[in-house]
Amino acid sequence: MTARVKESRGQEMALTAAVAVVIVLLSLLPMLRLLKEVVAPGGVVSDTAIRLGLSSSATWVATWHTLVVGIFGTLLAVVLGTFVALLVTLTDIRGRGVLVLCYVMPLMIAPQVTALAWLQLFGPASPFLKLLGLAPPLGTRNPLYSTEGIILLLGVQYGPLVFLLVRAGLRKLPRELVEAARAGGAGWFTVLRTVVLPLMTPSIMAAAALAFVSCVGNFGIPAFLGIPANYLVLPTLIYQKLAGGGPAVLGEAAFLSVLIGVIAMAGIVTQEIMSRRRDYRISSTSLPAEPYELGRWRLPVEAGIWLLIVLILVLPLFGLVLTSLVPGYGIALSSATATLDNYRFVLFEHAGSRRAFFNSFALSIAAAVFAVLVAVPVGYLIAWGKQRWVRLVNLLIELPYALPGVVLAIAALLMFLRPIPFTGIQLYNTIWIILYAYLARFLVLALRPTVSGYHQIDRALEEAAQVAGAGLFTRLRTIVFPLVAPAAIAGGLLIFMTALSELTVSALLWSSGSETIGVVMFSFEQGGDSNYAAAMSAITVAITFVLMLVTNLLAPYLPSGVLPWRD
Amino acid sequence: MAGLTISNVTKTFGDYDAVKDVSLDVRDGEFLAVLGPSGCGKTTLLRVVAGFEKISSGQIRIGSDVVSNASGSVPPEKRRVGIVFQNYALWPHMTVAENVGYSLRVAKVDKAVARQRVADALSLVNLDGLADRRPANLSGGQRQRVALARCLVAAPSLVLFDEPLANLDVHLRASMEDEFAAFHKRTGTTIVYITHDQAEAMALADRIAVMDHGRLAQLATPRDLYREPANEMVASFIAQGIVLPAKIMSAEQGGHVRAEVLGQEVVVRCRPGEQPRADAKICIRPPDLEIAGKGEAGFDATVTRAIYKGGAVRVELSPVLQPDLHLHVERPEPGSFEPGSQIRLKITSGWLIPNGKPA
Repeated sequence: MTARVKESRGQEMALTAAVAVVIVLLSLLPMLRLLKEVVAPGGVVSDTAIRLGLSSSATWVATWHTLVVGIFGTLLAVVLGTFVALLVTLTDIRGRGVLVLCYVMPLMIAPQVTALAWLQLFGPASPFLKLLGLAPPLGTRNPLYSTEGIILLLGVQYGPLVFLLVRAGLRKLPRELVEAARAGGAGWFTVLRTVVLPLMTPSIMAAAALAFVSCVGNFGIPAFLGIPANYLVLPTLIYQKLAGGGPAVLGEAAFLSVLIGVIAMAGIVTQEIMSRRRDYRISSTSLPAEPYELGRWRLPVEAGIWLLIVLILVLPLFGLVLTSLVPGYGIALSSATATLDNYRFVLFEHAGSRRAFFNSFALSIAAAVFAVLVAVPVGYLIAWGKQRWVRLVNLLIELPYALPGVVLAIAALLMFLRPIPFTGIQLYNTIWIILYAYLARFLVLALRPTVSGYHQIDRALEEAAQVAGAGLFTRLRTIVFPLVAPAAIAGGLLIFMTALSELTVSALLWSSGSETIGVVMFSFEQGGDSNYAAAMSAITVAITFVLMLVTNLLAPYLPSGVLPWRD
Repeated sequence: MAGLTISNVTKTFGDYDAVKDVSLDVRDGEFLAVLGPSGCGKTTLLRVVAGFEKISSGQIRIGSDVVSNASGSVPPEKRRVGIVFQNYALWPHMTVAENVGYSLRVAKVDKAVARQRVADALSLVNLDGLADRRPANLSGGQRQRVALARCLVAAPSLVLFDEPLANLDVHLRASMEDEFAAFHKRTGTTIVYITHDQAEAMALADRIAVMDHGRLAQLATPRDLYREPANEMVASFIAQGIVLPAKIMSAEQGGHVRAEVLGQEVVVRCRPGEQPRADAKICIRPPDLEIAGKGEAGFDATVTRAIYKGGAVRVELSPVLQPDLHLHVERPEPGSFEPGSQIRLKITSGWLIPNGKPA
């Protein structure tokens, strides 16, 4: 009896311990290390780092800039995303599936690729404007190198994020609440204003908070648009400091990254407070409301929304592809000048970019596989576990992703600057430090779909296996894993796509030999080789797009909402 | 206030007819219940009357205004229809008073006037003093009353109830039933009340429309529905009627015919003009079955099951001659009805189910 109890307890303990180790290593340790650097650099409590940071005027300017682009970028994203969500969910607009796919696409494209694409569209060298004969003379300043440019692109990038959350909220809106208002004599716009939007406040707030955190932590867009205009936000300030000063300025960088973290947290806390003020709980569940018939407005509205898609997705990508086909800066594109040389160069000739493709693929695959394997047991504890601390586990895993990427990158630098104690293994200046940061940052992307997968599985399936005599590990392997595998793998694909052209983390952690696609793209663009950068971007966008479509094949086996681009 | 006229309405979803050629006439001030098993089309009927669904063919009029026909549909907000939903559909972000006063706010009624009308409506449903509460802080019965007040305040021409008691416990149901009856009496509003609960429909309605598979099976007063079902579906659906094959032996005379049922000769009620026929069906109710005395006409039946009902026993039987038929009677305690034992029963009365189209 006791031996049997011991065995089953033992397996449970082993699982719990393994999960705990993973979480401590990937979340708790780096965050604590970062805090220590700010509060007690070198092991002694001191406010030097804080004082130094606060006394620098660059800090204040960058903080101000971060707040400006963060707040206005969020506003734009909320307006765009909510508007599209309302149209797509509540009206009888046609082609919904394709529309959702297209509108969510910018979210799956790396921010620096978005930035590059828009730059190529509007710059004086724009092959697109040249085709139309509208290009300003060479040497004219690109209008996107400005605060407004950064805000615009942040809004375009994160509008889909707001869209997804508001749409999810709208889908849970019971139709009776709308119908009761209409029976009370309210027209459609009145219903929207007095019932739908107020009830969507929590969704919109949550979306705004998420968009704010993303805007504040975004590196790619302010790096491509702000650095040339000398408009620095906190993430780009950290990058410039580290690029110039190396590990010597790590203390200062740590302070700045904590500052970003604090700003991001302030956004989340504001949302919490605002949402608590009223009761928005929708208790009943029911069918969604009948779509509102646009009638004779249907065609104009559809035309309008597709125009939006053309503006924010098709044209920039078109500009990107055109640039990638031009032999050099400022040359007009024609059948005579069009060339695939840029693609050949980045794929086969340039050693750095060849390595980058290899590195990014290896890193993304490793991060995805690891996350899938870890997400299954962790998800098991979170979804089905009875322990109280699982909520904390969930929070801890969310943290490295919720906080801006710069924060995690600095934490990883601090942890691995010196060889790991007792082993002498050196991660700093190798590709492994990037892998570590990816694992920590992206784990949650696989965990979320896995947990929702668990919630859809009847627990009795596992209990039946238990009754049949299977131990915990056997059950996990033979019953649980096959059942949640589609959801976990979908999460893994999401990680692969995100990690493939990731820049924020790798820009701070790369070293010669461990370049990533994002890093090489960035250095091409900074060196003025937009054509090469465009070719690399076009390749990653194509890969992402193909993967999105392939993942759609998994959709029948997935809980709804796991694939953001699928309606 | 206005009547409601539904003429030959059909509502098709894809290739499925949810409502098939239904015609109904609800008189001004009448309380009409629409009764049927789930999936019979009653909720769809309510939704087309409210204007949430368009009809495929036919016509709907509220008062003298055509609100729906095959070519178009007046939107719900222009129909002056009140609805009480099964799940109350109270807006969680508004107070009770805001919920109730919503239609006045939409109609831009003067604030002071609106406040007074909201207060009146709330006192009419005995909710004085709860105006500033949130729906989340109300009990189920209170929520239903708020919903009632909300549709009352706009003085609608027609009030639709969509299974309003289905979410309440048995206790509350009875008191809300009284409330609805009183509401109807006080306001004289035309009411269409959707339900699957016969007892509710019988207790409240002036007339009941029974629906089956999208069609109107019968429209009659509760008493006629019980005593004179128009077809087999209604006969067996209402109060668990027993339908038995019969042979009609005489032509109708004074509302009765002679029939042979299970070998017994019975006099049953019928519609005027019935003629002798072989393949007839009659409907009997459990009280129409009695235990036959010595030498009386009757038939033998085998007890298949006896279920204790508290104070009475429901005995299920099958006639010996036709064991595929099922009968049941309620007998007071005590009395032992062992499964397998035989009892001699007699039919004392019944109703000849009319042949073909309802008269």
